[in-house]
Amino acid sequence: MSAIKILKPDPEVLRKRHKIIKRLAELLPEPCLIDDERELKPFETDAFTAYRRVPLAVVLPETTQQVADVLKYCASEGVPVVARGAGTSLAGGAIPQEDAVVLGVSKLNRILDVDFENRVAMVQAGVTNLNISNHVAPEDFFYAPDPSSQLACTIAGNIGMNSGGAHCLKYGVTTNNLLGVKVVLMDGSIVDVGGDALDASGYDFLGLLCGSEGQLGIITEAKVRILRKAESARPVLFGFNDGKVAGACVSDIIGSGIIPVAIEYMDREAIHICEEFAHAGYPLDVEALLIVEVEGSEDEMSEMLEAIIKIAKKHKVVVIRESQSAMEAASIWKGRKSAFGATGRVADYICMDGTVPLSKLDYVLEKTGDIIEHYGLRCANVFHAGDGNMHPLILHNCNDEEESHKAHLAGDDILKLCVDVGGCLTGEHGVGIEKRDLMLHQFEQKDLDQQMAVRMVFDPDWLLNPSKVFPLDARGTYYK
Amino acid sequence: MTPLIPVSEEEAAIMALEAMKAKTPLRITGGETKLSIGQLVETELSLSTKKLKGITLYEPSEMVLSARAGTTLEDVEEALSKHNQMLPFEPLDYAHLLGTEGKPTLGAVAAGNISGPRRILAGAARDSLIGVRFINGKGELIKNGGRVMKNVTGLDLVKLQAGAWGTLGLLTQVTFKLLPRPEKNITLMLEGLEDETAIKALCRAAGTPFEASGLVHLPKGLGHDKARTLIRLEGFSKQASYRFDEMAKVLSTFGRAVKVDGYEQDVIWQDVIGLRLLAEPRDKAIWRLSVRPTSGPNTIDVIKQALDCTYYYDWSGGLIWLSTNEEGDGGEETIRNAVAAADGHATLIRGSRQLRNRISVFQPQEGALQRLSLGIKRSFDPVSIFNPGLMVKEG
Ligand SMILES: Cc1cc2nc3c(=O)[nH]c(=O)nc-3n(C[C@H](O)[C@H](O)[C@H](O)COP(=O)(O)OP(=O)(O)OC[C@H]3O[C@@H](n4cnc5c(N)ncnc54)[C@H](O)[C@@H]3O)c2cc1C
Repeated sequence: MSAIKILKPDPEVLRKRHKIIKRLAELLPEPCLIDDERELKPFETDAFTAYRRVPLAVVLPETTQQVADVLKYCASEGVPVVARGAGTSLAGGAIPQEDAVVLGVSKLNRILDVDFENRVAMVQAGVTNLNISNHVAPEDFFYAPDPSSQLACTIAGNIGMNSGGAHCLKYGVTTNNLLGVKVVLMDGSIVDVGGDALDASGYDFLGLLCGSEGQLGIITEAKVRILRKAESARPVLFGFNDGKVAGACVSDIIGSGIIPVAIEYMDREAIHICEEFAHAGYPLDVEALLIVEVEGSEDEMSEMLEAIIKIAKKHKVVVIRESQSAMEAASIWKGRKSAFGATGRVADYICMDGTVPLSKLDYVLEKTGDIIEHYGLRCANVFHAGDGNMHPLILHNCNDEEESHKAHLAGDDILKLCVDVGGCLTGEHGVGIEKRDLMLHQFEQKDLDQQMAVRMVFDPDWLLNPSKVFPLDARGTYYK
Repeated sequence: MTPLIPVSEEEAAIMALEAMKAKTPLRITGGETKLSIGQLVETELSLSTKKLKGITLYEPSEMVLSARAGTTLEDVEEALSKHNQMLPFEPLDYAHLLGTEGKPTLGAVAAGNISGPRRILAGAARDSLIGVRFINGKGELIKNGGRVMKNVTGLDLVKLQAGAWGTLGLLTQVTFKLLPRPEKNITLMLEGLEDETAIKALCRAAGTPFEASGLVHLPKGLGHDKARTLIRLEGFSKQASYRFDEMAKVLSTFGRAVKVDGYEQDVIWQDVIGLRLLAEPRDKAIWRLSVRPTSGPNTIDVIKQALDCTYYYDWSGGLIWLSTNEEGDGGEETIRNAVAAADGHATLIRGSRQLRNRISVFQPQEGALQRLSLGIKRSFDPVSIFNPGLMVKEG
């Protein structure tokens, strides 16, 4: 397998390991430092498990000041720092390297303040995504971006990757729901960006930090927008005998001027895997399923559904099933949100994340099938169709080296296809190491040069998560 | 200023490269409606997007539009209205306020992150801007983002360009997400409320599921002898009426809900979008304050104690338009102290050349933030050819 390169450890840093750990121990309370080989092991990878590196040490600071102290010290010794939330990145964003200190935010896990009048929640960066929604639920509020990993993933990781989720079709992704952050730069300076106001002054650093994959600074606190829940919501299942047709139906729904809260797509393989796991009542004899969720009052939902059903009928929908109860709705979503986990039970998989223009959805679905067939593999498609964000899960056996190799080749082909039809490599999972070496397929060297020049403003010595995002051989003079 | 008027991206890139080599600063211009915003920029040459015109991609079924930077907002809106679509953030038009004749361009809407009342529901211009092409200060044509709704590939330079007022390059093409135009709008008006009560009502409205698309409070004397608190509701016909009724119930403790629709409604919102309410008298300075919404009235109280001013609130109290006397610092010190207490910031939008010369137009930055801003400017535009000094104090 043509392995993805992770930067070679700096021997000088490895040689100083004891000294570094000793100093970190002085900077932090005892339970905040991990340096034992066995205890370091869980931090060697994230959800992109094909790659692993045991880090030099792990620090779990309890305060922003401790983060600043660690960064300042690491900068002075030339030690790379890899930020880590819950380690659920599917792109290898949180995979460390042997000479790096992993800085985890798991002890920064408090919700600091909720201001319902201004619709803002102030949280520490290690708070999980779902925790925010749960915390404000008694007042009928929620935090909109809802990655399927929301039970585990942190707001820090969400900001790191600019994560999305099923309901982002209506509500936008992380960057559209973030009002402010406290960020620590590699030189130890603590900067507040944004705040309670609707916009921040000066250059949009908030927008820049969102999706910067731990390469610009370490986020320790965030202010996020919370929203009032809709009066009610109803997911409806639409089954089709042809995947392409389901794809075309999606673009017709959006084109008609209706924006449901979510339109999710599953193909036959995914339907069966998810149904087995969640018993959501998905129809099993269809080629493709759309979960379309509408929300509002009873009348509003009926009116929207009526229009959507009309469109679906034009596309020869064969099953229409409205959820009749809150429980049924919950199990429909449980099935969808556990798709990756459920797939993981039947096979190893790699998850693609390209986004394509909606009008190309049916074409790309067909071509994806061809690519998978060409490599003699299997694939389950389950994704956010409403915004064209595709997730083919390429199934393979990771102990079979040849098959794994083929899976990665197929993945690359699919992502290139997404770019070629006017889309992009990643819609919400980030580049990490996984898609790093494909960046020059989407960008020209000068585009990457401009991005690297921006990166260097924050981290001139490339100490923050340095193996990620930018292809190693495209770094030229920008790298050290 | 002598204008350079490129007809293509390639030509614009060559002009930028030459300017860089000769270290000749360029003032970027579009429809020339907002040239007086920002710190004074003195250049002999301007670089105009006048001939970089035209919609390059419009896919109604994908709700996405790309246009060259010099395309007028008017042309864009006309194309969109044929398909019952719109820019989600309802861009403001500064021409009347600033007393200019031209027509705003889409590139400048992006560069200024110009968002109107609908921002409270649908996000700012930067939230809808999904792709840019620009010429940086080295004469390179750079692309970032794209035409798809979700994209986290690499650093988000699109956001950096939104609100950079051309200091980070010449935008040549911008791509926005769109929304369907609501079938119906109805405005719920409460009359006679004091600021503090009005903002409470607006924040209450924002915290309902009824998706208000405009939350404005016009104090007494601003075009009317009674204070008017405006809550715009939208949707399919039935939905908009339903939302009006529900909202009226929620706000019943604040007073009787008056229904405003048709022509009367259009006039009110056109006044807000066209920034007409404070435009006169012409010799006043105009400030834009962005604060924590519930802190709006208190911010105003503090300012009123020191300054003679008129004002109104948008964005549920989070945006304040304020008119002050030009003398001295135009109220700068008072205003900056007041917004600091409300986690906010202030920008001078209209002021004489003298005033803009005397004071800081944008919120001054300090420490690390200031260092980053300067670094970012250099990373795009190393010798500072584009709008030098307009936003960031350099050198
Ligand atoms: C089963 C499953 C389902 C998923 N579903 C979705 C989905 O629906 N939508 C979606 O968008 N993603 C999804 N993901 C991907 C993943 O959950 C997201 O990328 C998530 O935001 C990562 O959060 P985390 O806390 O695990 O961060 P990590 O994986 O630990 O880190 C993610 C990135 O953020 C950086 N980072 C972490 N903390 C900080 C910090 N404090 N400051 C700066 N940078 C930091 C890291 O360096 C890394 O680059 C899924 C993953 C799994 C395993």
